Amino acid sequence: MSQAAAAVASTPVVDIPTLEVVDLCVELADGDHEDIVDGVSFRVEAGEVLGLVGESGSGKTTVGLAILGHTRRGARFRSGAVRILGQNILELRPRHRQALRGSLVSYVPQDPASALNPSMRIGAQLEETLSEHGFGSREAQQARIAEALGEVLLPSDGGFLRRYPHQLSGGQQQRVGLAMAFANRPRVIVLDEPTTGLDVTTQAHVLATIRDLCGAHGVAAVYVSHDLAVVATLATRVAVLYGGRLAEVGPTSALFRRAAHPYTRRLVEAIPELTGHHALVGIPGTAPRPGHRPSGCLFSPRCTFVVDACRAAEPALEEVASGHVARCFRSAEVMQISGAARPGAAPPPEIDVAAALVGVRSLTASYGQREVVHDVHLAVRPRECLALVGESGSGKTTLARCIGGLHTAYVGDVTFRGKPLPAGSRARDSEARREIQYVFQSPYNSLNPRKTVGQIIAQPLQQFFAAGGADARRRTGEALDRVQLSRTCIDRYPHQLSGGERQRVAIARALVADPQLLVCDEVTSALDVSVQAAIVDVLAELQRELDIGLLFVTHNLALIRTIAQEVAVMSEGRIVEHGTVGAVLDAPKADYTKKLLADTPSLEHAFAAVE
Amino acid sequence: MSVVASTDAPAVEVEDAKAPWRLLVGAAWAQHRTKIGVGITLLLVLIAVIGPFVSRYPPDQGVEGQFPFAPPSSDAWIGTDALGRDTLSRFLSGGYTVLILSGLATALGVSGGVVIGLLAAYSRGRLDDLLMRTMDVVLSFPQIVFALVLAATVGPSLWLLVLAVAVTTLPRAARVSRGAAVEVVERDFVRAAEAIGVPRRKILFSEVLPNITSPLVVETTLRLTFNIAVVAGLSFLGFGLQPPAADWGLMINENKNGLIIQPWPVVLPVIAIGLLTIGTSLIGDGLARAAIGIERGRRSSG
Repeated sequence: MSQAAAAVASTPVVDIPTLEVVDLCVELADGDHEDIVDGVSFRVEAGEVLGLVGESGSGKTTVGLAILGHTRRGARFRSGAVRILGQNILELRPRHRQALRGSLVSYVPQDPASALNPSMRIGAQLEETLSEHGFGSREAQQARIAEALGEVLLPSDGGFLRRYPHQLSGGQQQRVGLAMAFANRPRVIVLDEPTTGLDVTTQAHVLATIRDLCGAHGVAAVYVSHDLAVVATLATRVAVLYGGRLAEVGPTSALFRRAAHPYTRRLVEAIPELTGHHALVGIPGTAPRPGHRPSGCLFSPRCTFVVDACRAAEPALEEVASGHVARCFRSAEVMQISGAARPGAAPPPEIDVAAALVGVRSLTASYGQREVVHDVHLAVRPRECLALVGESGSGKTTLARCIGGLHTAYVGDVTFRGKPLPAGSRARDSEARREIQYVFQSPYNSLNPRKTVGQIIAQPLQQFFAAGGADARRRTGEALDRVQLSRTCIDRYPHQLSGGERQRVAIARALVADPQLLVCDEVTSALDVSVQAAIVDVLAELQRELDIGLLFVTHNLALIRTIAQEVAVMSEGRIVEHGTVGAVLDAPKADYTKKLLADTPSLEHAFAAVE
Repeated sequence: MSVVASTDAPAVEVEDAKAPWRLLVGAAWAQHRTKIGVGITLLLVLIAVIGPFVSRYPPDQGVEGQFPFAPPSSDAWIGTDALGRDTLSRFLSGGYTVLILSGLATALGVSGGVVIGLLAAYSRGRLDDLLMRTMDVVLSFPQIVFALVLAATVGPSLWLLVLAVAVTTLPRAARVSRGAAVEVVERDFVRAAEAIGVPRRKILFSEVLPNITSPLVVETTLRLTFNIAVVAGLSFLGFGLQPPAADWGLMINENKNGLIIQPWPVVLPVIAIGLLTIGTSLIGDGLARAAIGIERGRRSSG
């Protein structure tokens, strides 16, 4: 251990919190003093997990990195302190700060695949973590590696240690990341949405591992995430960031059940629930960005509780209950309303039992030599939404791609209105291509970055209706209205839009073709919770108004209650359960569905566990 | 459910609202090296273009009363060449051929290379292998040797010179465009275009091509730089313009024997060709750095 680390570690531990952030302020380094994060203070005790929650751009990652004494390029610390065991690490020289990382305080990044060195074996990377901080002899290192891997439930035999990162699954990679972070027995650990890319079952395992390790080693953990359901499962306390400031800090159950800040309340309402029949409600307006902060309370432009006082001055963080603080003038009223029931969802429309819009009979699809979908039967009825649910690797996307004409390596029949559909869009006639439209998972990938929104949406118009000029512009405008996107977007490029706006553009592109069936492949998985709710809402409304069939592929069981009438659960290439949403979610028959339901993070589960 | 409006923040500030290629040119222009490069290149292009109209004597005729390698005088301001012709007039008239030939060869080679590279990246499999291995074979001939072989079999002519240089430019452009396009063709917007039945030709040129402009622009300026040198070299070796026409490469060859008594007819075209390649490579360098900068900015903000 370096001198600095030794000095920090040897500080007596009498009623000093393990991690204390005091009035932290990080600003852009370009001279305008625009702050990214301002006046953030919180404490985390040993063994405690603090959830740090906020939308994209709220500054949550900035705070997470600050705990490591690090800022992103283009940002710098202005004031405040980050104390680990009483020692302010922001006062240390960069070299000493560097020495603390990985030993006293460690970090688990969002994407394990890019955090591990692809050209180094797992064993060598773990060894490096230890020897970098002067950890004992080779034998001691080997013993610690075995211990660390054991803790994250990974094997530590020579065969495993000799593997390269690409030979591990996503869940295993993230476990290796955790093992590395815990290997030096740090006192503080920062987890930056480490389960984002994982499916629910793997996520549940990883979360349990994190909770156990923090408890066992007395580590103060900060879990950065936009997923409130995950945070509710894991964290003992939650801090909500909005526009770079703390909006509310409190114990998890108090915060979610009796939110004192309107923003927290709206965030909780945007979480889809497995059992609840409440409507998903997005948050109108946009989050403030550095240098564009409104005067007074930052949330006032989007707040339904707003009064004149909110616009005049910013409220201070005040205690609303024991250990529960919020930055709102009307927190008492908000808390009362938050305790009440959430709004109910509109009843799902009646289903016409008619001939299937799309029928799939004994479909078996493969990737190269590997068969990923085995003998599947499926039907989407007209004007109906069928949700196709399963973990990653269950074959649900492959099945959707077969229907959408993007995957050709399959045998079996796909029929559209009773007529057989050839495999692959090139083989289909123009009419079939028009009537089945596909919306891709990632809007960051499905829009050509070199084309404007108008050009992107005009492409199907040109292709199917030979529409151009004023006609195309009119139809494009109508499609943008339908997805509730401003018409001014028409001349923008995709990189000028947020993720949610891009996904709306992708949906608009599918709509202008005037389809009968919309295949939506995990369309919300790349988006924030508050945005996810809004997108699902747009889709549900389109389905009702335009009378189109919807095949909604997702790994999030909680979402489907809001949108689908029927659900098919897929596991390992087979459909294990098929029925109406109510029947499947309330009384699952297949073991797999039960397991999936139990693993899906939700507020109810989290509270049930607490009580 | 009218609560749901656009719920999330716009991703990027206003200054990013330009077309991507404008962003590249703007970022390149912000660097001194690009400005210097453009300055040098413009100067030489001006000399080459205006030169023929302002030269005092016809470039292929001797000056009355002057002898070979005469020193500077009022009749010939910087002296005469090996055949007693005015050096300055020949210099002014001999520039445009290098420019036109190298520009033409680069344009031909790069556009051919782009077509091959895009096709290879998009079709994958056998066609990809066939095209790229063919490119490798062409690439294995050194540029000059390839041109020499062509000229030796068919005889020297201008179109042949352009063709030879273009053919050797082709595989390099093809490699760069394939390398950049391989990543692009895998993205979902290409699938989206396929799914609605957009023809292949249109996918290649309106979906994929605009996404590889940065590396292509950089590669084009780089190839232009090399091709200027190669064209000048081939003219020097006698495969370009034939005497008595004026040409920078040819001038160096004709007058190299008199270098000690009268250096101007050699030094002047040497400096010009050298400066021209420096100018274009500075522009290429500026563009390359700008492209890297933009890519980095996009990654850290995304």
